[in-house]
Amino acid sequence: MYVAVKGGERAIDNAHAWLADERRGDRGVAELSVAQIREQLSLAVNRVMAEGSLYDPDLAALAIKQSRGDLIEAIFLIRAYRTTLPRFGASKPIETGEMACDRRISATFKDAPGGQVLGPTFDYTHRLLDFKLAADGEVPEAPEGTPQGGDVPHITGYLNREGLIQDEPESDEVPPDLTREPMELPAGRPLRLQSLTRGDEGFVLGMAYSTQRGYARNHAFVGELRIGAVAVEMDIPELGFAIEIGEITVTECETVNQFKGSKTEPPQFTRGYGLVFGQTERKAISMALVDRALRWKELGEDDQGAPAQDEEFVLMHSDNIQATGFLEHIKLPHYVDFQSELELVRKLRREVEAARSSVLSDGLAPGEAAE
Amino acid sequence: MTANDERKAWMGLLAKAPATELARLWEAFGEEPGHDWLRAPEAGGVMVRGRAGATGAPFNLGEMTVTRCSLKLEGGAVGHGYVQGRDKRQARQAALVDALMQTGEAATVREAILDPLAETLETARAARAAKAAATKVDFFTMVRGED
Repeated sequence: MYVAVKGGERAIDNAHAWLADERRGDRGVAELSVAQIREQLSLAVNRVMAEGSLYDPDLAALAIKQSRGDLIEAIFLIRAYRTTLPRFGASKPIETGEMACDRRISATFKDAPGGQVLGPTFDYTHRLLDFKLAADGEVPEAPEGTPQGGDVPHITGYLNREGLIQDEPESDEVPPDLTREPMELPAGRPLRLQSLTRGDEGFVLGMAYSTQRGYARNHAFVGELRIGAVAVEMDIPELGFAIEIGEITVTECETVNQFKGSKTEPPQFTRGYGLVFGQTERKAISMALVDRALRWKELGEDDQGAPAQDEEFVLMHSDNIQATGFLEHIKLPHYVDFQSELELVRKLRREVEAARSSVLSDGLAPGEAAE
Repeated sequence: MTANDERKAWMGLLAKAPATELARLWEAFGEEPGHDWLRAPEAGGVMVRGRAGATGAPFNLGEMTVTRCSLKLEGGAVGHGYVQGRDKRQARQAALVDALMQTGEAATVREAILDPLAETLETARAARAAKAAATKVDFFTMVRGED
């Protein structure tokens, strides 16, 4: 039975007013602007855009401010906003080979054409707290070098020339969209990639790490990791041709995985792929590892029963908004449900006690009755 | 370069330009020409796609915000604005520039607005490329002890 109850409105209003007050914090400390968050907490902004599935740095920064820095709450706000936007269409697939790279490294080829470009990385820092940042220091401009220009080709293309790496079949099929239709399993690779790119960073990282520790080990090397800006192009019906409608920063990771061959495939390298909005390197590498683990069926590999190979397990649990919604709903009032549970436990208790007393009155020892 | 290619180039430039920079140049350009809306500015989303392994089957990466509008100048030229983000003013100014580029004022508009915008974007791009170039690794081989 469902029983509606009313009440608590004043308490709720006051709780929200206090939330706004706590969000502001000590009035003696300057308030954060959305622009400050966008510029100075940009990796948080990137995560909110990636998992919120909406590229708009100003909105993501606003969501972070509103959510008091709770990034999953911020992602929730962005997902809710996204549903209010009319969909103008879909872009052409972005050309990551034409990326203006801030960073581009390969763990497999030292002398990769185009070079190893570190970009603004935390790698090789000593992870020591920098107390200068607490003291408002001026930061000097970054040093500049001379760009060589020209395209920076994908490294997997070189392996491809020797035929040593599995080819990506060409296709222009319209991909399924899990924001429009419920996800159906088994999912094809396009649906898996959409699910992974918006999946929770921590969850996808944990799944990827499990493959490295031996649960469906797939020997991944980072063939290439690149971060930078790419143009987004879309066909405009009223014009009759495509134009660039903007430019986004993405992180792309291509893993090269050792593969001894299977019943259907010769020994070769296989690929995992990660592509994520923003500078989101940990997520992109994780995505590539999990993508590769989920490809076991199409590559004719054995099912090792590992969690990262289980499409249902990975895809149905990677979304932090779905997970949060279901998890947190249990804190909302369940008074009636609980009342019936309480009645049930009381009844069971009465029955057990009644049975015990009838056994005792028959003159048997309590120890025997307990059996 | 065909007429479509030229239009494609300036529309792409207007889409990617910083809204504040376009507004500054537009205001310096002068009086806003009279126009009728064919489609008033509206913000929406475009689903951005990628390809599996960069070259394979397309998949949906996530949406981006875009604002668009269409208008007609009193002289009859039709302009479309498609810009990244949610700035309706930027979309209107982009559509006005697109329309004016199809009139006798094209050369003036190019000089006053498009060329400076292209320069702004190129300067920003070159600055990032220069910072990236400074982080390029030069490998060298260590001298071995037994040599």
